[in-house]
Amino acid sequence: MKIAVCVKHVPDSRVRIDAGSKRLDRSGAGELNKFDTNAVEEALRVKERLGEGDVVVVSMGPEGAADTVRAALALGADRGVLVSDPGAIGSDLLATSRVLAKVLEREQPDLILFGQQASDGAGAVLWAAVAERLGVPSVSQATELVVEGGRARVTRQTERGDDVVEAPLPLAVAVSDAINDPRYASLKGVMAAKRKPLETLSLADLGVDAAQAGEAGSKTVVLGIAPPPARSGARRVEEGDAAQAIVDFLAERQLV
Amino acid sequence: MSAVVFLEHDGGELHKAPLGVLARAADLFGSADAVVVGSQATALAAEAGRFGAAVVHVADDPALDPALPAPRVDVLETVVRQGGYDTVLFSNSVLAADVAAGLAARLEAGLNWDLVDLEQRDGELVGKRPALGDSVLVDVGWRGTPRLALFRPGSFDAVETGGVAEVRPVAAALAPHSTRAILVDHRHQPDEGPKLEDAEVIVSGGMGLGAPEHFALAEELASVLGGVVGATRAAVYAGWYPASAQIGQTGKTVSPRLYVALGISGAVQHKVGMQGSKAVVAVNKDPNAPIFEFSDLAVVGDVHVIVPRLVELLRARKGS
Repeated sequence: MKIAVCVKHVPDSRVRIDAGSKRLDRSGAGELNKFDTNAVEEALRVKERLGEGDVVVVSMGPEGAADTVRAALALGADRGVLVSDPGAIGSDLLATSRVLAKVLEREQPDLILFGQQASDGAGAVLWAAVAERLGVPSVSQATELVVEGGRARVTRQTERGDDVVEAPLPLAVAVSDAINDPRYASLKGVMAAKRKPLETLSLADLGVDAAQAGEAGSKTVVLGIAPPPARSGARRVEEGDAAQAIVDFLAERQLV
Repeated sequence: MSAVVFLEHDGGELHKAPLGVLARAADLFGSADAVVVGSQATALAAEAGRFGAAVVHVADDPALDPALPAPRVDVLETVVRQGGYDTVLFSNSVLAADVAAGLAARLEAGLNWDLVDLEQRDGELVGKRPALGDSVLVDVGWRGTPRLALFRPGSFDAVETGGVAEVRPVAAALAPHSTRAILVDHRHQPDEGPKLEDAEVIVSGGMGLGAPEHFALAEELASVLGGVVGATRAAVYAGWYPASAQIGQTGKTVSPRLYVALGISGAVQHKVGMQGSKAVVAVNKDPNAPIFEFSDLAVVGDVHVIVPRLVELLRARKGS
């Protein structure tokens, strides 16, 4: 059983948008998207339950993303593949899904896992595009995953309750952050991760044409950034008669 | 420009949020069409017309009833190719997000998501997307067509135009991988009590209430404000409140005139479900609770002290 986990290197805490390029500034230190730790954890649990398997961490990002892949290896994944190429900078959903699909075509995993969203706010839809490119089914918001006999049974949470979906492998699953409590990396895990294989690939290595990645391969553009949408008159009450302050607010807004 | 909007439905009713997108599209483009999928599609086409759809493409097939994304990608691909649409619009949901992203890859089309508005500028479409915890508003565009967009639910109000739609059946061939996933069980919670989605006032409780019985505070405040009670995923998972009251990414998406958050930290999961609220009042004893970043009135304090007094004040006000 080969399990691929797609992870994202996200800027840590204080994200800013670069005024010149209008893109997220990724120059600072980054970290493993916390929602992806649920996907790594689930991959490890599937492997542990089956008693066999190869967990490969797949990512696309700047050189610094190698640390993010190592962070996933420290949790127990077996090896990593990082696509890092200046030509991939500025890739949108279409271009990113194209590059990741190329890596996954090479790897031929039985199961492809994603986290439910990126903590840097850049969306929650990648798996469906990747699955479509690979011609495999996908299930999102998974709160339970059982893999057995070449099939998966996935419980997914929707707005109106739980759905249970069954599909043959290969399958792409985006896990909910409610599916598990991810383990922490042990010191032993961190040390071991340094010696685990991490392959770094360029777009050329994958046979992806420069016109198919980065801004050239993208079909969405950022045109500009406007000042914050005004939540006009936001107020804070820390002392005094809080209940009265709420009544005053409601009266002012004609809500009572 | 020609736009088509993906409409969702359940229990024999079209969802309001995509009808809001339809209203915005009709306003922006002069006219907008719709797609309805599943065995009730034809029956619902008239309702779509009443909410402003000029043409409703219906894929009326019980095989499409399970809420799975891949067959819907096949239907939309057929509609977009045959209808020559250059713009395809969705209101975000667990299902719609997967359909939109699958369609983007299928059509090699640009997808912008989490939009709160759409406008035309010099003949080009421009989407508005809040970013970085809603601290900035980003203008986004598309290169080429078709253009795909996912909107935050509650971005637009549905408008009943009383129109009559032309109904066109769609016969879409399903891709081989579209039928591999099957829905084997469906544990949907029946809605209890008044509908959260239509409520003008919602009072929600989270783990900060401290114990399940303290949801009585939320109920009492909701009652005096004429509102409905909601809950966070954590509170629902803890068994403190029924799942039908859950607000958030995997719960209900609401956009009331007033949203009162009691003991709710404001995780992204929850925020996604209530960020369309017109006014937000939050009470939390943690001064750094993320909910305060998107509250109009941030009250740092103990819900158990503040809420009973608030109820008393509101009752006195009503009585006077």
